[in-house]
Amino acid sequence: MIEIDALTKVYGDTTAVDAVSLTVDTATITAVVGTSGSGKTTLLRMINRLVEPTSGSVRINGEPAGEMAPHLLRRRIGYAIQGHGLFPHHSVARNIGAVPRLLGWSRSDIRARVDELLTLFDMEPASFRDRFPHELSGGQQQRVGVARALASRPDLMLMDEPFGALDPIIRARAQDDLRQIQRKLGSTIMLVTHDMEEAIRLGDKVAVMDDGRLLQYAPPAEIVADPATDFVADLIGDTERPMRFLSLVPVSEIVEDGPADGTAIDSGASLRDALSASLWTDREALPVTRDGTVVGRVTLEAIRARAARAS
Amino acid sequence: MRKGLILRGLLVALLVALVLRPELFTPLFAPFAPNGGPVIYQRTSLLSLSLSHLGLVAVASGLATVVAVSLAILVTRPAGAAFRPLSRTITNIGQTFPPVAVLALTVPVFGFGSGPTLVALFLYGLLPVFENAMTGFGTLPPRTMEAARGMGLTRWQQLWQVELPLAAPVILTGIRLSVVISLGTATIGSTVAAATLGEVIIAGLLTDNTAYVLQGGLIVGIFAVLLYDALVLVERALARRMGRVQQAA
Amino acid sequence: MLPFGVIRENRIVLGEDVALWAMAPPWAVSVTLAAVVAGLAMGLVRSRQWLRFAGSLVGVGGIVLTLTIGARALLADAGELARVSPAIGFWLLLLALLLLMADALSAMRPGPGARFAILVGLLGAFGALLGSGALMDLSVMQEYAGRAASFWTAAQRHVALAIGSLAAAALVGFPLGILCHRRAKARGAVLPVLSLLQTIPSLAMFGLMIPILSWVGASVPGARAIGIAGIGFAPAFLALFLYSLLPVVSNTVAGLGTLPPATLEAATGMGMTTRQRLMRVELPLALPVILAAIRIVLVQNIGLAVIAGLIGGGGFGTFVFQGLNQTATDLILLGALPTVLMAIVAGVLMDICVDLTRRAPKGAAP
Repeated sequence: MIEIDALTKVYGDTTAVDAVSLTVDTATITAVVGTSGSGKTTLLRMINRLVEPTSGSVRINGEPAGEMAPHLLRRRIGYAIQGHGLFPHHSVARNIGAVPRLLGWSRSDIRARVDELLTLFDMEPASFRDRFPHELSGGQQQRVGVARALASRPDLMLMDEPFGALDPIIRARAQDDLRQIQRKLGSTIMLVTHDMEEAIRLGDKVAVMDDGRLLQYAPPAEIVADPATDFVADLIGDTERPMRFLSLVPVSEIVEDGPADGTAIDSGASLRDALSASLWTDREALPVTRDGTVVGRVTLEAIRARAARAS
Repeated sequence: MRKGLILRGLLVALLVALVLRPELFTPLFAPFAPNGGPVIYQRTSLLSLSLSHLGLVAVASGLATVVAVSLAILVTRPAGAAFRPLSRTITNIGQTFPPVAVLALTVPVFGFGSGPTLVALFLYGLLPVFENAMTGFGTLPPRTMEAARGMGLTRWQQLWQVELPLAAPVILTGIRLSVVISLGTATIGSTVAAATLGEVIIAGLLTDNTAYVLQGGLIVGIFAVLLYDALVLVERALARRMGRVQQAA
Repeated sequence: MLPFGVIRENRIVLGEDVALWAMAPPWAVSVTLAAVVAGLAMGLVRSRQWLRFAGSLVGVGGIVLTLTIGARALLADAGELARVSPAIGFWLLLLALLLLMADALSAMRPGPGARFAILVGLLGAFGALLGSGALMDLSVMQEYAGRAASFWTAAQRHVALAIGSLAAAALVGFPLGILCHRRAKARGAVLPVLSLLQTIPSLAMFGLMIPILSWVGASVPGARAIGIAGIGFAPAFLALFLYSLLPVVSNTVAGLGTLPPATLEAATGMGMTTRQRLMRVELPLALPVILAAIRIVLVQNIGLAVIAGLIGGGGFGTFVFQGLNQTATDLILLGALPTVLMAIVAGVLMDICVDLTRRAPKGAAP
């Protein structure tokens, strides 16, 4: 758990971060979103004290971060950044094992952990362990960067635009991977991004920042349905809002009894998927299945009603 | 690659023969010696001259490297930033100082012998290493440094585990320049009575004996080529490991 | 405190150190101390560069004043052959003040024109000081007075060696560089050979030119008539020429190689011939890099030309090596100091040229 209380950073005349308070609950992802210069990165960097706060406090699992030696604090917190920041002169294994080595793990433990992480990220340990960063593709470098942040099994992770340098297809896959691994390990993550779509997709909660201030801190559905300010609404994009909202609601929420023809849709899919399927195949209703059996149908009418209720 | 290996082997063999058994080359050098004059330099053993020549260069370059890299480290830390412009000025001016003039100017202070040569080589060797070290520390990838800090490396660990290894190829280039300049400048040291291979060349110049000049020049030249080559190989190996070559291409 | 001056009975015996306060009458010493302290104090004001510059001038003025007054006073009570020269204390103070001056100047970042004006001003002041005869009591200047004519011949010879060999290297090096840029094969053949030449120690290079040129002088008809001989100017010139080739060629190649491909494509696209493209686009754009090479070569040549003194090639090296032979420090200084000054002035002038060419394309773009 990360508790941030009235955290402020002033550079000369400008206030980069202005009394931000928020709490990241254990085993959740908080996505901080904002334009460049909004103070989101400064906020993140104050948590592991790469930037020293002007005032305010941070508590990590109840312990005040300001009272720990900065380098010891940082070793407890996984840290991944855009463009990975891998050490070009160290092999993949040495890169991933960097923090465990700082923490004094035994060689065999480090080796086992490196192989475990490589496997987790779908990279064959035998063939990747001894490669150097420049011998990897962009997506692989990024995965090694995230694996390095996870290496010492930190219960906390800070990520600064971790997928910023990736192309859209690899990016979507990396996001899915992260989500899956986070669920599996139960880690607490605070992630900074300028991309609202990424924030909605990954965050259990989304924090919107502008000009150093926290404008809204809420679950994604609430952000989309009820933006606190015009700025938040702008960030979501007015025309995109209904679609973003529909993508957050599973079909199971509005499934109803009744007949429907054609290919079925899974009840776990989003209303956005259901909408596009019905438009594409020109049907008023789609059969809905759960674990392979038809449980009812979803109608265009119901999707429209649900979207209207949100606005 | 193989051809290069053979060539290097031959050069080393030639060098060893020239230094240890110079008399083998009498027929080769004889045409250049004045009629009836000595062909092979025998006043001092070439081995001892080579060793003291290389020793001077090694000590001077070694000291210069340690001092220049330490200075560059100091000046690139936040605490030393105030001295950065001054150090730049000194480097710029220092590099316009001709090596021979440095040598000549040290004699009044340190007297004759190996002392002034050592000092001149050291002073002149500082500059290329310092300049390259500054470049090396100034062009570190910012994201890598951010990651190093972010994962909890102490300042000392950042310096030893990340900054120095990453700057190493560039620093090594500076050391190479410094060593090659020193090798050449050390020969001039013999004009102030330092024991170096320059003694052979100067003896040749004074007695009009081209055979001596060739002998001394050849030995120093081969030393320079081999050292240069060896250092280039090390640099390439380091750079290749970091993928710098690929980025540059 | 370190000795400020040295007095010796004649030019080669070991001297006797003189401290600052014994050097000159108390009023002059106090003026000097005040000037140095004030100068260094002004130098500490990090924000006002003009003040720091002025401070360094005041300080230099102070130590030179004591030196001249002191030299006259010391010589008045000494023998006919006695000499007075500055000692380590003076040199260290001078070095500190000059560094302060250089640091202040570089922090002011003057433009090329201003830098030229400052250079001319400082040289003018220095020239006036020498011309005034105030320094004539110093041993270096006595050494100069004894051989004023040969000093200026040496100076001319030094310049001829350094600049002449550079000009020759440029004449050969540019076409060679352009050829190497165009043809990878030529590049592979030429550059390694030139790099190899560069690793030959300078002393050996000068030495090796002797037999080669004496052979040419002896066997090629007419060669001797135009001054080609084993010792003297020709071998020194040739050695410097060979050293200069690599930087000129490799920087021409580098300068031409870094031009943006889009620019070249545009030039070809608008119908320029290869020759027009070279003359109007490529060379002007590569000029700063090429000039940077010329700067390196010029400064390097001025330094290396000293070695010509060993093989009878003339130049300031003659004094340096004569001085080393006779253990006459003043003679060494008479050769070494002008060389250093010449190298620094050449470096500053060439930096100004490089800056001017870097600027021109921006302003001149239509």
